[in-house]
Amino acid sequence: MEHITTYWQALPPNLQLLLFNVGKVLAVMVPLMLSVAYLTYAERKIIGFMQVRMGPSRVGPKGLLQPIADGVKLMFKEVILPANANRFMFYLAPVLALGPALAAWAVIPFNEVAVIADLDAGLLYVLALTSMAVYGVIIAGWASNSKYAFLGAMRSAAQIVAYEIAMGFALVGVLMASGSLNLGKIVLAQQGGLLNWFWLPLFPLFMVYLISGVAETNRAPFDVAEGESEIVAGFHVEYSGIAFALFFLAEYANIIMIAALTAVMFTGGWLSPFTGVLPAGVFQWPVIGYLLGDGVHWFLLKTASFIFIFLWLRATFPRYRYDQIMRLGWKVFIPVTIIWLSVEGVAAYYRIGPWFD
Amino acid sequence: MKQRVAGFFKSFLLWELLKGLRLTGRYLFSRKITVRYPDEKTPQSPRFRGLHALRRYPNGEERCIACKLCEAVCPALAITIDSEERDDGTRRTTRYDIDLFKCIYCGFCEEACPVDSIVETRVFEYHFEKRGEQIMHKEDLLAIGDKYEEQIAADREADSQYR
Repeated sequence: MEHITTYWQALPPNLQLLLFNVGKVLAVMVPLMLSVAYLTYAERKIIGFMQVRMGPSRVGPKGLLQPIADGVKLMFKEVILPANANRFMFYLAPVLALGPALAAWAVIPFNEVAVIADLDAGLLYVLALTSMAVYGVIIAGWASNSKYAFLGAMRSAAQIVAYEIAMGFALVGVLMASGSLNLGKIVLAQQGGLLNWFWLPLFPLFMVYLISGVAETNRAPFDVAEGESEIVAGFHVEYSGIAFALFFLAEYANIIMIAALTAVMFTGGWLSPFTGVLPAGVFQWPVIGYLLGDGVHWFLLKTASFIFIFLWLRATFPRYRYDQIMRLGWKVFIPVTIIWLSVEGVAAYYRIGPWFD
Repeated sequence: MKQRVAGFFKSFLLWELLKGLRLTGRYLFSRKITVRYPDEKTPQSPRFRGLHALRRYPNGEERCIACKLCEAVCPALAITIDSEERDDGTRRTTRYDIDLFKCIYCGFCEEACPVDSIVETRVFEYHFEKRGEQIMHKEDLLAIGDKYEEQIAADREADSQYR
């Protein structure tokens, strides 16, 4: 141990900082990639169960090694470059799809201290990166030199434009209520138990955000960008092997990220729902007090339940028609958010909201 | 008008969608009807019509008397029979071939047989690895019959009162 500390102190401070940050990034990325892998398994299991069948069950006990088998299979497959495709763009697209989905985790607070970068403009950073994800899709569709891929990309672009606005407005509501762009401060502004979280005063925005999140990640019922029954697989028809796997990872990483953001913005991140509900003495108990009190586990639990909602929606609803998606985005969500923002603005002006003491 | 307003609120408040979610949510916990095939199998009737077999009498004599009724009744023309007189004066088959690619597993051969010789067993998991293997010869069929005689006899017994 002493050896390690002396070695550590012998390093130049810049390198120390770099290594420290790489360590932090790895501490988030490795569990994240694992959960992405197992999210695919969870999805197949849960959707299977909802369709009264078993889901994957052959690889390993209860099919638990299925994601690993899938990954290994995809890794050993050939990445085929279509004729006349733009090579550079074609290979760039999957990276562009996955990159932002992972980069956005830099500002997500796991608890008061556990956050990679405590940005004051965290919310803006998140908004910027979630809109970046669509570039991967558009470039993939364009570079593939395929009609179907191109159609998928166009649909995706139009959809993102429509839903990005609603999503942004929903986040403006959060911003007004919390008075900060820092995700950690947004969580702290929701302190005081289940009823103090923003989902209650901002309920319409919460619903809009959740549904736009589904649309933003191109998930069923908003998955026109890859609608299997209409345009084969949409933007990633031409991708195979590890390039396809990257798109797959990006989709699931995006789901986890949107779920985590919903947990942070609307359901109080790492805060315990029991604060202010149970008597304060309970939180002093050994183990139980820790479990009931604030902590990372609440954040993970909330994220997991939002992810479950994503899967649940996919198992339940048929795909929206393209014009219905546009109608929902422009004619329903944006007016709803604008109305609720006005309500919130009036409440803030007269200082009557639940978030002003 | 009233209906339109009610309809607006129903769709705006996601009422139908929530009902749909409730339904799938309920199915999440319902009993799964999957049969995990190689580990679990569905029950079979004694009348199950799988791979064919030729039976023997308990003394080892083959049942088939080469009457060719099965060949005549076979709608897919899958059965080919040649016969000649044996040394003891009985008529026996020299060749009894069933082309399993032609066979439609209708069970008519079994019904036509006056001596319960050609039967269809419960065996349904088999495959061919080479061209020509799909044609079952007399020896193959007799071997299958010897192997599954117990099961075949029990199935005929169980079904006898309906025949």
